Amino acid sequence: MAGVDAPSLRDSIANAPASRFFWDRAASAPYTDLDRGTSLGDRLADLAGRSVLIATASQLTTALALIELDAIARRLVILPPDAEAEHLRAVIAEAGIDAVVDDGAPPNAAMELPVHIACTPLIVPTTESRPAGVRTEWVLMTSGTTGVPKMVVHDLAGLTAAMQVRSPADGAAVWGTFYDIRRYGGLQIFLRAVHGGASLVLSSAGEPVADHLARLAEHGVTHLSGTPSQWRRALMSPAIQIIAPRYVRLSGEIADQAILDSLRAAFPQAAIGHAYASTEAGVGFDVNDGLAGFPAAYIGATRNGVEMKVLDGSLRLRSRGAASGYVGGGPALAGADGFVDTGDMIEQRGERCYFTGRKGGIINIGGLKVHPEEIEAVINRHPQVRMSLVRPKRNPVTGSVVVADVVLKSEPQGTGARQIEVRDDILKFCREALPRHKVPAAISFVSALNVAVTGKLLRRRG
Amino acid sequence: MSVKLTIIQQMEQIAREHGKILAPLKEDLVLADCGLDSLGFAVLVARLEDKLGVDPFTAAEDAFFPVTLGDFMKVYEHGGR
Repeated sequence: MAGVDAPSLRDSIANAPASRFFWDRAASAPYTDLDRGTSLGDRLADLAGRSVLIATASQLTTALALIELDAIARRLVILPPDAEAEHLRAVIAEAGIDAVVDDGAPPNAAMELPVHIACTPLIVPTTESRPAGVRTEWVLMTSGTTGVPKMVVHDLAGLTAAMQVRSPADGAAVWGTFYDIRRYGGLQIFLRAVHGGASLVLSSAGEPVADHLARLAEHGVTHLSGTPSQWRRALMSPAIQIIAPRYVRLSGEIADQAILDSLRAAFPQAAIGHAYASTEAGVGFDVNDGLAGFPAAYIGATRNGVEMKVLDGSLRLRSRGAASGYVGGGPALAGADGFVDTGDMIEQRGERCYFTGRKGGIINIGGLKVHPEEIEAVINRHPQVRMSLVRPKRNPVTGSVVVADVVLKSEPQGTGARQIEVRDDILKFCREALPRHKVPAAISFVSALNVAVTGKLLRRRG
Repeated sequence: MSVKLTIIQQMEQIAREHGKILAPLKEDLVLADCGLDSLGFAVLVARLEDKLGVDPFTAAEDAFFPVTLGDFMKVYEHGGR
């Protein structure tokens, strides 16, 4: 594949000012130390040219290992935090993994690998010379359904293809992410920070939202990114008031008007943008006008090196940012024309295009097709609703009906009668905005909805 | 509230929501003529499960659906066939 080689991550952090750090809850790592030191016990030579499994438990050690091993390892296979242990043996075999980097005990399935290296946030000065650079394959695992996860192959030039040429101002930013950097969306934020020479605040496993927000405030976060679900959860915390980002970014799920408006109200001074990207197709586009959806003129055009089209209702992208394929071959990622089908369904209304949901996520109500996301977008516009999940429910008449689980911004006061009033009002709201079959047959109030480690609302298959 | 009354209230509520006019709800009324369409019935079954805690149709092993309103009410009164 053509394309200009990106500088290695190590090159990006070279000569950083002393004020640049990675932080997590337990530790901090200055860029300057990493530039001249190692978090891998000075054992780069043992990892050179290998297919390395990054099985670190913390995001901080993941970040350090990625910076050290880019352009050193032949292949970096990044294990996501929610990876299932039972699939690891297959992953190791498929990806030809012959070394593991961890920050505690290596996973059982990796015990027999010839090289084990521990990564620590304690960076020590390096004594060895760096092995010769190679073009490293970056392998990400898709979340998704059951079975062995698919391993998606990228390279650094593709992963950073959407990023602008670095300007000196970039380094003054302090990035934060609700996303885990071991997934595509979070990795983009990690790479943006490193590429721009900026500090990055990472979350720690099991850290309460309020504690994470407090750390983001302490480090003066200026650029903060998460999925709409993660933002909704953050907005439910009173601690949201202590951060003042200049740039608020959403991606990974459909950004509906309600969440964009809530963020606008919470951060009146901030630029608020939602971005579209997928692990396979790469970065698509950013929308910065504060409105849900994107201009219809994007379809059929080439913007920032990304071509977009819609076929059979789903969005297709062609760009340098797309993955090159799957480890071990697998199904072709792109069609014959080079476009990757994202599986995200698009509907055009006037001059604007909207995401309606996933290709596979359609609910069939007596022959009428419904995307749960389009109903959630309506429910979420109700002033008392924080977030919602629409799911199918088996029905003897139509096969399925839709029902909704709703989290309110505040608990309805007092009696059950008040709850019924709010519920009827939400239903009325839905009836005014949606055709009959899309109005939920039932609404339940819940105190929280499950958000997966990927930052996305957990949808059970109905 | 009795099961019968719950069913009648829900049918009236759904007819209002769906903009339908109900026939007089007598026990020998044939359901197909009552004024609710299949989506209305689907919503009725889902709402009744919410109110009464049972969906006797989905719980049943073989597919069946009552013909008259009286039969429909009996199914709910017996929590199944």
